[in-house]
Amino acid sequence: MDRPHALDATTIRADFPIFERDFGGRTLAYLDSAATSLKPRVVSDAVHDYNVRYSANIHRGIYTIAEEATAAFERARAKVGRFLNARDSHEIVFVRNATEAINLVAYSWGRRNIGAGETVVLTELEHHANLVPWQLLAQEKDANLEFVPIDDEGRLVRETYEALLARGPRLVAFTHVSNGLGTINPVREMVDQAHAAGALVLVDGAQAVPHGPVDVQALDADFYVFSGHKVLAPTGSGALWARRELLEEMPPFLTGGDMIREVHLRQSEFNDVPWKFEAGTPDIAAAIGLGAALDYLDAIGMDRVREHERQLTAYALELLPREVPGIVLYGPTTASERAGIVTFNLPDVHPHDVATLLDREAIAVRAGHHCTQPLHERIGEAATARASFNVYSGQDDIERLVEGLKKVQRIFGRSDGHVSPERDVHQEEATAVAGAAR
Amino acid sequence: MDDLYRDEILEHYRRPHNFGTLPEPDAVYEGSNPLCGDRITLMLGVTEEGVVEDVAFTGRGCAISQASASMLTDEIKGKSLDEVARLGSDAVLDSLGIEISPARLKCALLSLDTLRRALSDRVAWQASTETPAV
Repeated sequence: MDRPHALDATTIRADFPIFERDFGGRTLAYLDSAATSLKPRVVSDAVHDYNVRYSANIHRGIYTIAEEATAAFERARAKVGRFLNARDSHEIVFVRNATEAINLVAYSWGRRNIGAGETVVLTELEHHANLVPWQLLAQEKDANLEFVPIDDEGRLVRETYEALLARGPRLVAFTHVSNGLGTINPVREMVDQAHAAGALVLVDGAQAVPHGPVDVQALDADFYVFSGHKVLAPTGSGALWARRELLEEMPPFLTGGDMIREVHLRQSEFNDVPWKFEAGTPDIAAAIGLGAALDYLDAIGMDRVREHERQLTAYALELLPREVPGIVLYGPTTASERAGIVTFNLPDVHPHDVATLLDREAIAVRAGHHCTQPLHERIGEAATARASFNVYSGQDDIERLVEGLKKVQRIFGRSDGHVSPERDVHQEEATAVAGAAR
Repeated sequence: MDDLYRDEILEHYRRPHNFGTLPEPDAVYEGSNPLCGDRITLMLGVTEEGVVEDVAFTGRGCAISQASASMLTDEIKGKSLDEVARLGSDAVLDSLGIEISPARLKCALLSLDTLRRALSDRVAWQASTETPAV
């Protein structure tokens, strides 16, 4: 099969004004795209254009700029629908982010469909956004949560998944791509298995939509959510995709203006799908910006984005262990099994210190638990450092990361090359004593 | 060399003072930084006169949080509880002697926050065990 025509990060960077900024004589090496992406000029232009040329409210005004705003907002919805290959753009609900989309499903679909003693299956890979809403729902409904564990390379244990499906859960909710380890889950196979067991499936696509082609019809899930701000779009934009018949049956989430057809003092009739779920004035500018971002990515081609990030990930997985002595990498060992996310630790240096020192070199990485505390408990680390890529990332960023990490090691190893061997010896004993004293 | 990671900070990180546990502490608290999941457990031995005669901590964290805990535990040993209660964040930042960015402030002050909670826990415990007046 022909590999898609390679991306040139240098050309792409010309579209992102942030690379013109000077950081102490350096350009930014931005390796935190999994947290949020940088924004190209076409996106800020689209937002600016709305704000200065037609900043009217939508679905109301009978004048020129109101009609322009409504048309631009609904065009953005159609672009999201096409980008995900939805059957129908009415299956796209605009939300602030993936978190809000999951909360919408948990509140609206979950409260009506999950009952006492029923089960929701989640996984150890989940972001807090795909854990906490289900915890609250389970507490409220006295329902059960079950978790698919991961193996030592961060892949879901499929035997356990199958065993949990045999218990007949109502819903399975899992991430398409792990934000902690980069693992790409076999969504279609897992969806087929879940459907065969009678469960509906919610897929958290926050880390998948930015990194490769997503086709919701091919994946065949029931709910798919993502955040716009990780896909080159402004913060405040995001979408829930759901099969239309599900959206039709679901009660509203937030209520008020715009989501109604008729309001009387004691009862109301709700608007059609998807507007039934969009109460109040939405972030119109952000939605229009999301449309512009998806146009930009469409012009590049998401298959090329995926190939670009696969190559960068392969380069990082090869270069880091070779050049940085002792570095520990987490997650699948082959680039084809993971999106553009590389999580690591240096022995005896806390990731916060790593990130602070890299920042001095204008290299931005994430340090912490990346909103995946249960995953970090599983891998036995309170915190890790994470480098993640997007279209503007290049091999030079990874080379700068390697040089930066070597400098961290020089600073931390400069007097004896060894950091406090005695600390961990007392650790477990101390924790036990602390527990007993309380 | 990097001024944030000056030798004294790294020295406290590598060989923290008062690292370990007390067999019979009068006050214990496990503090954590929700941002990064770092934790320290602080134990205090307090005399009847209200003087901190012994202190120990364990935990894992970044160089800033661990050096800060090491320095703070040195600082409070031998002090009265009143003196300890008056210790503010300025004192902790002064002894670190480095420019702390807003994002790292929680790391630098984790030990002080844990100390304050350990002391208020101890006060609450004592109040709850006092024989009520008949």
